[in-house]
Amino acid sequence: MTLIQAVFILLAALTLGAGLMTVLSRHLFHAVLYLILSLVGVAGLFILLEAEFLAGAQVLIYIGAISILIIFAVMLTRGMARNPGPPLNNQSPAALVIAGLFFILLAPVLTGFPWPAAAPGVPADAIEALGRSLVDPNQFALPFELASVMILAALIGAIFIAREKR
Amino acid sequence: MIPITWYLLVAAALFCIGVYGALARRNAIAILMAIELMLNAVNLSLVTFWRYLHPERTMGQAFALFVLVVAAAEAAAGLALIISIYRNRETVNVENIDLLRG
Amino acid sequence: MGQIYDFIYNLLPYLGMWLQGFLRGLGLSEEAVFLVVSLIKVFLLASFGLAGFAVLTYVERKIVARFQDRLGPNMAGPYGILQPVADGIKLLTKEDLMPTGADRWVYNLAPLIIAACALAPLVVIPFGPGAIGADLNIGVLYAMAVGAGALVGVLMAGWGSNNKYALLGAFRAVAQLISYEIPAVFSVVVVVMVAGTMSTVGIVQAQDVPYLFVLPLAALVFLISGVAEVGRTPFDLLEAESEIVAGFHIEYSGMKFALIFMGEFVHALVVSALFAVLFLGGWQGPWLPPYLWTLVKIALGIFLFFWLRATLPRIRIDHMLNLNWKFLTPLMILNLIGVALVDKGLRAVGVTDGIWAAGLFLFNMAMLIGALALPGYLGRRARMAALAAEAEGVEATVAAR
Repeated sequence: MTLIQAVFILLAALTLGAGLMTVLSRHLFHAVLYLILSLVGVAGLFILLEAEFLAGAQVLIYIGAISILIIFAVMLTRGMARNPGPPLNNQSPAALVIAGLFFILLAPVLTGFPWPAAAPGVPADAIEALGRSLVDPNQFALPFELASVMILAALIGAIFIAREKR
Repeated sequence: MIPITWYLLVAAALFCIGVYGALARRNAIAILMAIELMLNAVNLSLVTFWRYLHPERTMGQAFALFVLVVAAAEAAAGLALIISIYRNRETVNVENIDLLRG
Repeated sequence: MGQIYDFIYNLLPYLGMWLQGFLRGLGLSEEAVFLVVSLIKVFLLASFGLAGFAVLTYVERKIVARFQDRLGPNMAGPYGILQPVADGIKLLTKEDLMPTGADRWVYNLAPLIIAACALAPLVVIPFGPGAIGADLNIGVLYAMAVGAGALVGVLMAGWGSNNKYALLGAFRAVAQLISYEIPAVFSVVVVVMVAGTMSTVGIVQAQDVPYLFVLPLAALVFLISGVAEVGRTPFDLLEAESEIVAGFHIEYSGMKFALIFMGEFVHALVVSALFAVLFLGGWQGPWLPPYLWTLVKIALGIFLFFWLRATLPRIRIDHMLNLNWKFLTPLMILNLIGVALVDKGLRAVGVTDGIWAAGLFLFNMAMLIGALALPGYLGRRARMAALAAEAEGVEATVAAR
């Protein structure tokens, strides 16, 4: 077991354990904190996969902004009531069966596929190439612009929907 | 060296945890959090495929970046809707918000 | 003589190489050597942050006192030098409370998260050409990202105190912090665009002319949003001693409060270190060793923070948010576009470095003067209109009698 493998197992355990606690936690604020922990685990896995820019963007966007948004929404909708009640609804056994079946279906497919043996190396200027591809008209300039228009629409829509009625 | 299947299994497990959360929770915000878990699992598998199959292309990371952006926009819009529903119905329990009229 | 100068100049890389050789001689594997050296670097950086915090609390009180024509702490030890020790003893011996109904884990973890997220960006600050914690190729993005992690700690502190006013204080603090993150990130993006790399070592090496003179507008906006991010005067209504609602740390006392306070202070140290790296040219300087130059520049930034605290009054929260959203953010967006055009335009024409620097400087100054003149003009027009309306109102009341 090399050092990298030990680190991977630690991060994977953190991600999955925190994810499990997110969906099972009774108290909504604790669920958000476990979600933040799970997102940190995923960012760590991104760093192991040598996608550093994506790891930095994940921490900055998910943990620095979206989690704060979720915490605000939890506090504004009195999610922190004194006795929250059971967290799971009455179809949770069926949901457990479905999720379990899905995983049992996926696992053999993923492990049985003949993946290529060795992983090629990441080029040195991967971040620069990513930046160039986002503004290159032949590559991803159009999705980039569409994504920014979509975020603008979501921003205006969210402000308008959540405004207090005068 | 970490085999690709380890990463893919972690992503699949995270996705199934998200599916269970989205189907089995009562609070609308908790369902949204489970959806965020699912989107993260998809991002993880995208980046895994990029790293192990074609790291010389930029499509893998760009795709994951767009998924991140869409997840952010969807979280913002979804939470705004939940807050608006809470103002009108005084509850965010999805079992009680199942009729169009009060 | 030249050898002694060379040894002192490159002290930190020589120490690092000696340490690695020593550890390899002990028979450790390559990975173990890397792990041990990394742990030692982490320990040194954390000590630098904490020691800096202890020294700077004393220095701040002395400097602010001298600005205000008084002496400052001079009772504990000669010239009050032992004041940080006295403060530490006082905070350590205070009772460790927990309010009733508070959530134990959340309440206890919040100060740790604030302190950890404040210390974390120190790892990408270069103290010399080979002396950096870890030369990440996303250096400044990492610094901004973990700085944003302190927001979660603030919300945890506000909620875990089981106190309405702590929660409201935490909301206001987070509103200020996330608002001022945007101009800060924009000014960092301008620097990254001009330098061509996100690595802090690369940015320092790309600065033949310090970026303070090439991108003065970005430097100014980074300084303003840095002061607001940290929560120091004039933006310190989150923790002002004279406000009734003292903020999200009302229910904290003793060592936990010391951790939160230390987190904020180290955040100020980190912001001035980033300012030194991004805009003042990092470790470059004529005669002194690089680590001394870095410390001098960081000290300059910190002195600027203390100077602002001693001089300016506090801003109201709605003025503060207006300043951010209606002035700084549009200004930085336009600056980003303008600097991109001017930079690439000058490079395409093929001018020398001096003319390129002068061209960018003139463009930024023109933008700054225009940006300051526009609100002045609009304000004067609004004032004239208000005066005219008032005069008409007076005439109307006079005519009505």
